[in-house]
Amino acid sequence: MILPIVGLIVGIIIGISFPGSVPSEYAKYMSVALLASIDSVFGGLRAGTEDKFDNTVFISGFFTNALLAAGLVYIGDRLGIDLYYVALLAFGLRVFQNLAIIRRYFLKK
Amino acid sequence: MGRIKQGQVAIALVCVVLGVMLAVQFRTTQDIRSTIPYQRVEDLAQRLSQTEKERDTLVKEVEKLRKSTGNEAASQEQELIRMGAGLVALNGPGVVVTIDDSKRPAKLGDNPNLYLIHDDDILKVINELRAAGAEAIAINEQRLIATSEIRCAGPTLSVNNTHYAPPYEIRAIGETKTMENALRLRGGVVETLQFWGIQVAIKVQDNVTIPAYKGSFRFDYAKPVAGEVKQ
Repeated sequence: MILPIVGLIVGIIIGISFPGSVPSEYAKYMSVALLASIDSVFGGLRAGTEDKFDNTVFISGFFTNALLAAGLVYIGDRLGIDLYYVALLAFGLRVFQNLAIIRRYFLKK
Repeated sequence: MGRIKQGQVAIALVCVVLGVMLAVQFRTTQDIRSTIPYQRVEDLAQRLSQTEKERDTLVKEVEKLRKSTGNEAASQEQELIRMGAGLVALNGPGVVVTIDDSKRPAKLGDNPNLYLIHDDDILKVINELRAAGAEAIAINEQRLIATSEIRCAGPTLSVNNTHYAPPYEIRAIGETKTMENALRLRGGVVETLQFWGIQVAIKVQDNVTIPAYKGSFRFDYAKPVAGEVKQ
């Protein structure tokens, strides 16, 4: 459990030390991708608790989820469908679900 | 801690990427805050304070001008002009003339119009009052000013674009005796009207109140002549 937290801190430090930000018109896609990534990480942790963790599934899921989410929102924007909120809702729900399962695991011992 | 055995390394790696994304997104959000809408708000706030300053100086200027014109001769003259224009309600001794349609049935073959009040009857009364030195005249709460019309509008009378049905009450401030006598003159207005049965009542009162003109002045065509023209 320490390793992921250390990884997160290292990532934040790298992100802060390297200047550069996303143009504001793409900030929306970035935020969706970020939410998808958070969902993937919690999903991975949950799989770990259930002893079902699979490296390939996890890594591929992380990147495809983020990219697909951003891509879908982009396409939705072009088509006039606001998929942004749909993505937020879907990933948000999953994040909280995964969190609940992880919490139960730690409480159960 | 450390109970999740599987995939620690993979999750840690992914967390590095996640951390980078978090930091970038955080900065982006901050950048957006510091750019478009916030700059606009600042811009507007600056304009607002500038306009407020302008307003304050203008208010001060108005006060100063008011004070400088506040000397007595000017304000007295202004009051006189306002009274003359009918912008001030006035009271004083005067007469109240009440005129109503004739109650007498029209004789066969007579024009029934003769038994009704017309604008020219009222105009004659007004004219007589003015000739007798009336200082202010009102018809049914309508102050007569320079542009007031007295005109038949169907069965009603239009004064200052307001319509009134009989009875009409004409109030005038002035020398009461002169005005009353002018109206009651033998062969004068009142006698002529009474001949047709039109009811005219003249009351002399010590205190007649005449309202101010309630409308506004509009000059679409007339413009003051540039430079005083001496005649």
